[in-house]
Formats: sequence, structure tokens, C-alpha cells
Amino acid sequence: MEPRKLRLGLLLAAGAILLAFVLPIAPNAVPLRERPVIPELCGFAVVLYLAAAWLADRRATIIGLVATGLSAAASLILLQDPIVAGAARSGFWMIVIATWLSAALCVMNLASARELRGERHRIVNLLVPLLFGATVFYLWEVGVRGFGVPPVLLPSPSAAGARFFNSLPTLAEDFTQTFIRGVLIGYAIGCGAGLLVAILAHRFEFLGRGLLPLGNFFSALPLVGIAPIMVMWFGFDWPSKAAVVVLVTFFPMLINAIAGLSASGHIERDLMRSYAASHRQSLSKLYLPAALPFIFNALKINATLALIGAIVAEFFGTPTQGIGFRISTEAGRMAIDMVWAEIALAALAGMAFYGFVALAERATTFWHPSYRT
Amino acid sequence: MTSSSVALPQRAPFSHVRQVFVERYAPVATMVLALIAIWYVAAVAMNYTLVRDAFEREETPYTTADVLAGTMDAERPLLPAPHQVIETFLDGVFGYSPLAPRSLVYHALVTLSATMLGFVIGALFGIALALMIVHSRVLERSLLPWIICSQMVPVLALAPIFIVVLGALGLHGLLPKSIISAYLCFFPVAIGMVKGFTSPDLLQVELMRTWSATPRQVLLKLRWPASMPYLFASLKVAITISLIGAIVAELPTGGEAGIGARLLSGSYYGQTVQIWAALVAAAMLASGLIAIVGLVERAVNRSMGAH
Repeated sequence: MEPRKLRLGLLLAAGAILLAFVLPIAPNAVPLRERPVIPELCGFAVVLYLAAAWLADRRATIIGLVATGLSAAASLILLQDPIVAGAARSGFWMIVIATWLSAALCVMNLASARELRGERHRIVNLLVPLLFGATVFYLWEVGVRGFGVPPVLLPSPSAAGARFFNSLPTLAEDFTQTFIRGVLIGYAIGCGAGLLVAILAHRFEFLGRGLLPLGNFFSALPLVGIAPIMVMWFGFDWPSKAAVVVLVTFFPMLINAIAGLSASGHIERDLMRSYAASHRQSLSKLYLPAALPFIFNALKINATLALIGAIVAEFFGTPTQGIGFRISTEAGRMAIDMVWAEIALAALAGMAFYGFVALAERATTFWHPSYRT
Repeated sequence: MTSSSVALPQRAPFSHVRQVFVERYAPVATMVLALIAIWYVAAVAMNYTLVRDAFEREETPYTTADVLAGTMDAERPLLPAPHQVIETFLDGVFGYSPLAPRSLVYHALVTLSATMLGFVIGALFGIALALMIVHSRVLERSLLPWIICSQMVPVLALAPIFIVVLGALGLHGLLPKSIISAYLCFFPVAIGMVKGFTSPDLLQVELMRTWSATPRQVLLKLRWPASMPYLFASLKVAITISLIGAIVAELPTGGEAGIGARLLSGSYYGQTVQIWAALVAAAMLASGLIAIVGLVERAVNRSMGAH
């Protein structure tokens, strides 16, 4: 990033914080100078901003980040004051603007760094999105609390987080009900059945020719709509959710596995033939390993689909636990922070599930060109 | 599948049409027929006790044939027979005036309008996002991981909260549903278009550079045309997701109108046949929408010089 732009931005950030000393924080609030800790934090941040602006190179990123942290801390401490929360004025927003500006500058400076090798490259690649996310969360927190957005509309991330940790037992119950019972069982059955049928379709050409167009057709349908029927057939408890998950995950696996089983090359097939390999042998030694990337693709798609299927199925009736049940009832009671806690749970579960499948993929398809570096 | 480069079995000289028929349509037709047969057998098996119990409750004498006939048109069967579903579907489509609340056309139109609005918003947003990501290294590094991450999140679980929040803001009806659809379908478009915009190889990009093309010219003359296959592939995914989003978004609204509302009211009142008919309508809608995207794709391909 250009040093001139960086310098200008950092100077602006320092100026904004200096303005905060002059401008009102909130109506009838104690001015910034007379508060404990905050003037020191802000002053130190200004000094660091100036130092970073003076350097204006790669080193400035680190100094700028420390200063960003200081000013973010200052604004968050200010929000603890009930007079400021909900009625913040220009002085407070100046600090927020300075934080946002310097965070953005640091992220941009970091992301535009070139010629990084090995370990450093990976750290930067991890750090940039993390900082970006932290900035978004910070702005969300400060915006909600500074403007006094009613928690019914949008709770602050800290409120949702506090709710998350205060209701861990409930969340654990919901997690077991939805994820361990509904999703995992359905996922295993659905993917397993899809793979088996694909192997059959690969063995018997006629079956394959008939099944592939049908599978394509079915996988494009809004299959979650089958949920009310499954609830009618299998009752309110987890079997109906697992059944929806089975149905939702079956077709992507079928299509991908059929494509994968015919992905092996002519030369390899001829080689198996020249070894006089039986179908079972060539299946286990050639077709299935060659199909693994496709199968894992389906497993990854299904990881998300399964969670969606189970949660949506719970909207149609559940025993009194489960992520979908909790979301719909708490949304009806306007307890939006609990809803966000459940969404965070679902998001964490989804990411962990996906990450687990991706790790398994790395461990088993290490030979694939896309992983060889 | 068993064909090898060494020994290709000699085919009898089929005429081309017949070969296409045997190879493509016969297997599919067989599978469809098998599916329908299985459905009928399952309908008999699942409804048998239900119908028999009804006969016994009324204490009318009955034979097995009566029960079998009863399984074919039970009023609230566990699994309705295919002809019942089709009958109800056709009745729902043609039996009422298209704007009557009992007409399936009306519900399909409600869902379709939310789907289309959401699809257009989501696709445009996705393309814009992809453009920004392709042109900015900073955004690529900071935003793209989050977009990929958010694909692992069951976004559909957000549907009820969106409806509640937007309802509290005074937004009802079409817009909240299409926002959910848009939110769901911008991901595949954004990811697909990032791939598409970066799909021209280095040689082509460098050729543009030797002509000292501006970024805008590179976009219009190279990246945009090269991204067309990716665009349509992701649009097909996006429009199905958009439909699913619209249907699920209709669930928490309390069942006013739309296919999702039809599903919900069917499940509340135990109207199985109604649920199945709504599902058939959803299937028709989905395949129709994909077919339309496919037609547009073919037209665009042809105008770009494909055969």
C-alpha cells in the first residue's frame, strides 16, 4: 500500500481521537479528560498513530494494530457508562471512526504485502480475515450499543455471547437432539445409501443410465418440503429429522459418486483388465480411490444440507428440544439473543462438521493433484 | 462402461434414432415406471391397516378387495397413491380461478414472485461482490474466507429470525421472503463468478496487457465473456436455492399464502394429499425455473458463437 495514503489515514485517525477530547461524548456526560484510564489510553493511541504514520511501512502495521486495540478498548470502556450507551454523541463516534479507519488501514497494509514466503504467508492469510471479522464484530457491538438499538431487533454480539455461555446446558441438549441424533445418523445413512446405489449403478449400466437423470432431477427439487410428511410418518422425535436428512443427502451423493466412479482413466482400467482383476478388486483398488475426490465433494455439500434439513424439519414439530425448535419458539417470544446464540451454535456445528470432513479429505486424498504443492 | 480401447464390441447397425431411444430414454422410462410401481405398492402397504381399521370402526362387512380399493383413495392416507396426488394437483391448478386462495396457481405465483425477486437481487449482489473481489487484493484476502466460511453455516436457520426482525420493522409480505432468498443465493453466484472472472489463463490476460487495455476493457472483453459458463452453472444452483429459501421463509409467517404455507397448513390439518400436491407444484416450479435458465444459457451461448 502507498506510504502516502497510509500516512494520511493514520494522521486522520490520530486527529479524530484528539477531536474526541474536545467534542461531547454524550449529553450530560463527564468529558473525556476527567474520566479515569480513558485519557491515558487515547493519548497513548495518538502517540502510536503518529509513530506509525512516521514509519508508514510494514512495521507501521503492528504499531497501528496496537493503537487500534487501545482505542477500541477506550470506546468499549466508555460504553460501560449507562449515560453514554444509547445516547453517544460525536466525541464517542470520533473514537469509533479512528478505530475503524486504522483497522481498515492495517488490514489493507497487511493484505497488500507481497513476497511473503512459507510460514509468514500462512500467518498473514489467517490474520487478514480474522482482523476483518473482528472489525465487523466491533462495529456491530459499538453500533448496537452506541445507538441504543433495541435488543429485540438486533442484540449486540456480547449479549448473544453472554447468553450463549449462560445457557450452555440448554444448548448442549439442543445440540445432541439436532446434531448427534438427527444430523449424524441421517447423514451416515443417506451418504452410505447414495454411495451403495452409485456402486450398483456403476456396475449395471442400464441402472446408471436411468438413475443419473432422475438423480439430477431430484437433487434440484426443494426436498426439504418433504419434512411435514416425514414428521407424519416417523413422529415428532429425531427419526423424522434423520429421514429428511437421509433424503436430502442421498441425491447429491448419488450424482457425485456416479461421476466419480467413472472418473478413472482408460489406461488404468485397461491395466486392471490386464491383471484380470475381478470387479470387486478393481472397485476397491481403482474405482473407489479415483472417486474419492468426488465423494468428498458430496460429503462437504451434504454437511451443510444435512444441518439445514434437520433444522427445517424441526419447524414442523419436535419434542421440546432441538435447534430448530428453540429458534422458532424463542423468535416467537422475541428472545432474539437466545435465537442468535442458537444460530451461533448451528454455525459452529456446521463449520466444525465441514472442517472435519475437509480434514478427512486431506488425510485420504493426499495423492490428488490439488493437494500436491 | 466396460468399453476399453483394446476390444470394443461391434454394435449392430442400429439406426441413430433407435440407438438414442434405447440408450437414453428406455432406462429413464423404466426407472420412472419402477418408481411409480414401488409407490403404488408402498401406498397399499402403508394405508392397509388405516383403511381396515376404518372399516372395522364402521362395522361394515368388508373383503380384502374392498380394503385394497380403499387404500387407493383414502381421504387422509399415510401415503396417497400417485393418481390421487395428480388429481389433487390438477384440481388445484385448473379447478379454481387462478387468484382464489384454494388455487395452487395462486400459491405458486406468490412463491414464484418472492423467488424471482430474491434471485435477481441475490444474483446481482453476487456478481457485484465477485467483481469487487477480483479487482481488489485486499477484499480477496479479507472477504473471501468469510464468504466461504458462511457457506458452511446453515443459513436457512436464519429464515424465521429474519421474518421476525423484518416484521418488527414493519416489513411484511414479499420483501422479507425475497431477502432470505437473495441471502441464500448470492453465495453460489459470488463464488462461481470469482472463479469465472479468474478463469482466463495468464496468456490471455497478458495479451490484454500488451494491448494496454484498461481494467474495464479487460473485464468487458475478456473476463465477462469467459465467465459465462460459470455464471449459468451458478445461476442454476442459485435459482433452486432461491426457491427453497422462499418456501422455507413462508413457514414462520403463519401460513398466509405460498407453497410453504400450503405445506404448513397441510401438516397442521393432516391433509396429506394437499402436502403432496404442493410438493408436486414445487417440483414443477423448480424444474421450470432451471429449464428457463438453461434456455437463456443456450441462447447466450449461441449468440456468442457456440453451435
